[in-house]
Amino acid sequence: MTKTRVRIGAGAGFSDDRFEPALELAERGELDYLVFECLAERTIARETLSRIKDPETGYTPYMRDRLRMVMPACMQAGIRIVTNMGAANPLGAARVIRRDALSLGLPPPVVAAVVGDDVTEIVRAHPELRLLDTGEPVESLLPRMAAANAYLGADIVREALARDAQIVVTGRVADPSMFVGCMLHGLGWSYDDYPRLAAGTFTGHLLECAAQLTGGCFADPGKKDVPDMARIGFPYADVDADGSVRLGKVAGSGGRLDVATCTEQALYEIHDPARYITPDCVLDITEAEFEQLGPDRVGFRGTRAAPRTDTYKVVVGYHDGWIGEGEVGYAGPNAVARARLSEQIVRERLKLRGFSYPEIRVDYIGMSSLHGMGAGRPEPYEVRLRVAARSPDRKAAQAVGFEMRTLNVNGPAGGGGTLEALREVIGVRSLLLPRHLVHPEVVIEERP
Amino acid sequence: MSTKVHELAHSRAGDKGNTSNVSVIAYDQAAWDILRRELTEERVMRAYAHLASGPVTRYELPRLRALNFVIEGALGGGVTISLARDAHGKSLSYLMLDIDLPV
Repeated sequence: MTKTRVRIGAGAGFSDDRFEPALELAERGELDYLVFECLAERTIARETLSRIKDPETGYTPYMRDRLRMVMPACMQAGIRIVTNMGAANPLGAARVIRRDALSLGLPPPVVAAVVGDDVTEIVRAHPELRLLDTGEPVESLLPRMAAANAYLGADIVREALARDAQIVVTGRVADPSMFVGCMLHGLGWSYDDYPRLAAGTFTGHLLECAAQLTGGCFADPGKKDVPDMARIGFPYADVDADGSVRLGKVAGSGGRLDVATCTEQALYEIHDPARYITPDCVLDITEAEFEQLGPDRVGFRGTRAAPRTDTYKVVVGYHDGWIGEGEVGYAGPNAVARARLSEQIVRERLKLRGFSYPEIRVDYIGMSSLHGMGAGRPEPYEVRLRVAARSPDRKAAQAVGFEMRTLNVNGPAGGGGTLEALREVIGVRSLLLPRHLVHPEVVIEERP
Repeated sequence: MSTKVHELAHSRAGDKGNTSNVSVIAYDQAAWDILRRELTEERVMRAYAHLASGPVTRYELPRLRALNFVIEGALGGGVTISLARDAHGKSLSYLMLDIDLPV
């Protein structure tokens, strides 16, 4: 049923986000929709690998915990849930969600899985498609490809909601589109109504990182203070049928929501502010303005949008070898000189063992690990040496951490706190796929 | 006389592939006038030169009193394959805020 206003809350801004704020929204936020955005660029490729090992997995690891937590409150209050936590296995995720609801003693929910974002075989059949960054054909990546997924749009989320799903679980859907899908459905908007799509897409962009709108990633003590950060409330948006929007958070929750926090999030990862491309439209925020409407209450106006493009963006995840790394710490007199000696020793050890690497990175944590070695850096009291290297060969990558560890007894004086790590690398690259090659679809899970 | 951008503005950094996106948001109109005049693409490229290949592109949002800098080749090849600990370059906003501007 079409409403004149919907309230949409953000239940997570990334896969490892805090849990309680979503429950706070579900219980006290008076929501219509609760959206969980939990997919980083490489997540699907990683989860594809899990699914290959175990066909029942492939959704994000915290999905069940998050949904089991909020389902009782959401189903009681009629709050509909939309999430991309289905990752590489939305169908399997839908089955598991329904089972979990039943085991919680809830009436069996209608769960819709959105599929069709997996375009791995389509990309494989089109080796001529060009990568966005270099313009080279994707062909050379194909032997190492783990997965290719298109960012689907709001239209397929609307379709899932229109089929009476209480929970919609997707793989790759563009972050703002999950929110816009709720608006299309709840407010009866046309998918060609670009003024409203502009407001809706900007709203989705503001909400998608959850706490980043309400005081997360913002505090700078003495300059920009944020109250009660251990209990930051996640944001929601009230969206009217005419496209006006007011942002808010649950009364009494921590954090802050004002023009400054909104402006930081507005520009977050937006690049050209006149052309922010989503599957739904091309958003222009160059004339956008925020207005403080009350405590923790912000509105905006001035968004515009051009028609959507005729392509979907696709993320291609591919195997890119291994990264090995190690760390050791030094403190007190001559700490940096001892760390530098360790760097030389490790480089020589790796050479002696016959290993070479396309890239070795050396960080002096406390001096250069975040902003590089700028001129005139003072020597700190303590420093940690970190050496990391990439290799197509697992053994060569593993040797980096091993040689750092051996400094425990073979290295300079006073070295402590060695660490080592090894990980498999999933690289990601992007390309554009013509829309007519992609076929998004809704599958309703109703089995007991 | 000089002042740090930190005195004039706040900032947030994000990523996309191998590109860093750093916003600069003025605290007030006077700060905005200085930033718009002095925080040029060239100055930002100099500050990031030891980390990024460039180029740097600056976008202006006068209604938000904000600049948006897109710094290419800044993230060690891209978030997923970078050898950096801060592969997303989240800390790069404070390299922007450390830039000295003449006032």
